[in-house]
Amino acid sequence: MSFEWPWQYNFPPFFTLQPNVDTRQKQLAAWCSLALSYCRHHKLYTLDVMEAQESPMFNNKKIERKLSMEAIQVVFEELRKKGNLEWLDKNKSRCLVMWRRPEEWGKLIYQWVSKTGMVNSVFTLYELSNGDETEGEEFHGLEDWMLLRSLQALQTEGKAELFTMDDGKGVKFF
Amino acid sequence: QMQMKNCCFMWLHAKMDLGVALLSTHRLIWRDIKNHECCIAMPLSQIIYFEEQAAGIGKSAKIVIHLHQVPANKEPGPYQYSKYSYIKLSFKEHGQIEFYRRLTEEMTKKRWKNTPVSQPIPTGTGSQAGKTRAVGIVGIERKIEEKRKETDKNISEAFEDLSKLMVKAKEMVELSRSIANKIKDKQGDITEDETIRFKAYLLSMGIANPVTRETHGSGTHYHMQLAKQLGDMLQAPLEERGGMMALTEVYCLVNRARGMELLSPEDLVNACKMFESLKLPLRLRVFDSGVMVVQLQSHSEEEMIASALDNVSEKGSLTAEEFAKLLGLSVLLSKERLLLAEKMGHLCRDDSVEGLRFYPNLF
Repeated sequence: MSFEWPWQYNFPPFFTLQPNVDTRQKQLAAWCSLALSYCRHHKLYTLDVMEAQESPMFNNKKIERKLSMEAIQVVFEELRKKGNLEWLDKNKSRCLVMWRRPEEWGKLIYQWVSKTGMVNSVFTLYELSNGDETEGEEFHGLEDWMLLRSLQALQTEGKAELFTMDDGKGVKFF
Repeated sequence: QMQMKNCCFMWLHAKMDLGVALLSTHRLIWRDIKNHECCIAMPLSQIIYFEEQAAGIGKSAKIVIHLHQVPANKEPGPYQYSKYSYIKLSFKEHGQIEFYRRLTEEMTKKRWKNTPVSQPIPTGTGSQAGKTRAVGIVGIERKIEEKRKETDKNISEAFEDLSKLMVKAKEMVELSRSIANKIKDKQGDITEDETIRFKAYLLSMGIANPVTRETHGSGTHYHMQLAKQLGDMLQAPLEERGGMMALTEVYCLVNRARGMELLSPEDLVNACKMFESLKLPLRLRVFDSGVMVVQLQSHSEEEMIASALDNVSEKGSLTAEEFAKLLGLSVLLSKERLLLAEKMGHLCRDDSVEGLRFYPNLF
């Protein structure tokens, strides 16, 4: 299924950072939404800022418009504030994109666990992300670092506990 | 003795021993020291230039005098023709320095020009520009001199009016300064009305009044009058231009109409600031960008913005230039209107290498 671009993507002013404050807020909201859905669609979990500027996400060749570096940083800052983005380095050249926040993942995983009556069971991380049973679930194929954070979130909520085993990490759900 | 090298005039030959050289305002005369009947003269106008030759061993001090060519109307003299174009006065005893000085004086004053000479002396064309030809270096020098004089004359004529104007201006500045000082000194004696009149007078000449304490905040009589005048004058032009004109346009319009007694930009701004307080139907308005305009009070901003939005929507998008063309406004004012519509949230912008475009705000 090809990615569906929002109407703003073909609206030239979308690629100019708007000076009017109210207009800008709406513009940024649209950009955040676009960035996240794009990453979700292509299962991107990390972004390199330089590459992003040239990718179709921020560069619409059809209307010959692209976001400036300055604007991209503004969008990323918005995402960071909302908890969807984390910088991997001080120079802000690479970042983690969490188009679903750890808490949201955690919720999904726990829903599956309780649905299948697996509460009080123990799983390895691998089983969760790559096991046969989780095939077809959204969190199937989730990258380790994200899975870990999600479980940590559940742990904070008291719904799970992480522990280390011989060959990796495991989790118990409550 | 006089060595006579030039016999272009009436020089007696041979028996010229000791003589006396005499200088008048018109002529150079040599007279034999013994026989006063024997004398010869030459008009000063025939002299191109002259130089000193210092004395040396066995040589006496001399003055060499270079002469113009023989004039056509020369009276008969001892020689009709000579191959030399100069004469030398050899001062055996003394007097060379003094004579040189006097000769310089007479040649500078050229008094022979002013008063006609009684005796018939061939005056030649003398120092008239360009008519007589001379050969060699002397000729070139003469031409240069003539050209310089001609140029000088042209420049002087050209600047005559300007210097007259400057003289007048200087007088006025002096006058106003003295008035200002009198006001300062006699602060108590001069009446309120007089003071106002003088201040206005000074202001109208563009001279900052050292006495005044108030700024244009409370206004002066002059600015008030001016504001009223502008109120009348600008009504029609404003209506023609859709109710708004940039202050620069107003400045040009007003001064062009006045012709004389032009307004300074300062005076114009100060007068415009008084529109509201004088209840005139005009307003001075300053945009965020600093652009100042005069607009009719009846001018409705909402209408303008609504119509701007309509225009942009109709065309899909517009640049300031396109908008200006559409409305017949200046680019400056049309941009201000678009920016205002953007500020109100009706328009948004597309800034790219192609330029700045405005779109309806679809966000």
